Amino acid sequence: MSEPAVLISGLEMQYGDKRAVDGLSMQVHRGSITAVLGPNGAGKTTTLETCEGYRRPQAGTVRVLGLDPHRQRAALLPRIGVMLQAGGAWSGVRAMEMLDHIASLHAHPLDTVMLHDRLGLGDCGRTPYRRLSGGQQQRLGLAMALVGRPELVFVDEPTAGMDPQARRTTWELLEEIRGDGVTVVLTTHHMDEAERLADQIHIIDRGRLIASGSPTDLTSGGRSATIRLVVTRPFPDGAPESLRSALGPETEVTQLDDRSMLITGPADGGTLGTVSRWCEKHDVLPESLTLGRATLEDVFLRLTGRELVT
Amino acid sequence: MSTFTPRPGSAPLARQVAAQARMEARLMLRNGEQLLLALVIPVIVLVGGVLAAERLGLDLSGHAPVDVLTPGVLALAVMSTAFTSLAIATGFERRYGVIKRLGSSPLPRHGLLLGKVLALLNVVVLQLVVLVVAGLVLGWRPSLDSPLVSAGSVLLAVAAGTWAFAALGLFVAGVLRAEATLALANLVYLLLMAGGGVVLPTSAYGAAAGPISWLPSAALGDAMRAALVDARLDGPAILILLGWGALATLLTARTFRWE
Repeated sequence: MSEPAVLISGLEMQYGDKRAVDGLSMQVHRGSITAVLGPNGAGKTTTLETCEGYRRPQAGTVRVLGLDPHRQRAALLPRIGVMLQAGGAWSGVRAMEMLDHIASLHAHPLDTVMLHDRLGLGDCGRTPYRRLSGGQQQRLGLAMALVGRPELVFVDEPTAGMDPQARRTTWELLEEIRGDGVTVVLTTHHMDEAERLADQIHIIDRGRLIASGSPTDLTSGGRSATIRLVVTRPFPDGAPESLRSALGPETEVTQLDDRSMLITGPADGGTLGTVSRWCEKHDVLPESLTLGRATLEDVFLRLTGRELVT
Repeated sequence: MSTFTPRPGSAPLARQVAAQARMEARLMLRNGEQLLLALVIPVIVLVGGVLAAERLGLDLSGHAPVDVLTPGVLALAVMSTAFTSLAIATGFERRYGVIKRLGSSPLPRHGLLLGKVLALLNVVVLQLVVLVVAGLVLGWRPSLDSPLVSAGSVLLAVAAGTWAFAALGLFVAGVLRAEATLALANLVYLLLMAGGGVVLPTSAYGAAAGPISWLPSAALGDAMRAALVDARLDGPAILILLGWGALATLLTARTFRWE
């Protein structure tokens, strides 16, 4: 099937003065796990909620499984599964009862007992929702998204509040459903989650798409290296330019703040040596100088000049 | 076919609505506070009212106190569930994202509304059965002059009253925060119970009777009393209820926010 599962072009959403989504265009291929990565407030949830038909695009178009999520909502909803960022159940409802209820709204639901066990919720089937831990509520939310056997699931921050083991279980489950032909769109601000799970990553910041690609594309397949230089006193004026000319055209230099810089370039020993000699020559005392394979974290940092940590 | 192979589809609408109604009725009955409102308070009002009226020798136009109070308490029960319980439940459903969650399920909004109405009617019927039994135990003798007119008038009054109060409850729940809804719905219930002509006939309020009779609480109480004390359909009271129902539905449709 060549038609993409999700097609967004030129999406704009504004609330008051705040431009939440600013001309966003992106695609999601069928049968893939696609991560929408970005800091809090980047416009991830707004974009997802537009795909789910909760919000009407103010400009641009959104197509999900070939349908307009707002106008053809009734036709779309049975075919997608939605996991909200939080909540979504009565406070007094029992976990299993809630899942059974959502199942009863679908024509061919999954076996809820199996799903419950797969998500490690076996012990808390009779526990009222308000007494579930944050991680258990998240897993129940995921179960509710999957129970109707959708073609496409939107999961908003699926592992927020989960302990490491629950996170791994969730990741394995998402990989399994992709294997069975379900398309997954997830938002996250965790680099490791995107890097581990996603076939395709869309990095968004301030409502705009700033980079797209597979995890290896985005990190140049590990062929590039990242050096972070933190110094004891503020850099002299013109430091990035001077460092850039010392390192040559293949290297990118981004000043993060007055005492730190990010250098991305070919993964060879020469780069580190050049940086260290440049420090000596300009009387700059490094506090730390670290070299590593470029990660998504570095990609984000280079593109925005900001950390993704929220 | 593997476990998660897509096989999407909605259940038939009737099945979805029935599931929603069952779920909501179960949750309403499980909630202790709501049960207090739905049964305990009306029973206390009934028993207390009958005992007080007998001790004070209250004159209710020649009728036994229990004969006048029971229809009023039935009206009170309808009001408590259709207005207060529904408003509070819906306010918290908005707060907890339940309505949002259901908004992305195959259940359409009219299905959700229909499910709510069915759950509400279920609970109301249950309340009426319990309260009718309590009234009979206390010696209530409804008028048997014309059982058909009585039964038809009660049905009409309960249906119109449920509509008016449910629409008012949804209006409050749709514009206010959950806590404010909780406070207001309980306050309005207490005020109407005390001074809204629901348990006692409007005639008991002296000079204030005129304005009070326009309240939906008094209209429902009067319609129930006319049906069960005099075997008569109180047309003006039903019209007042329908008017409140239409007004509140219009307001709700214009202001209700699902999230």
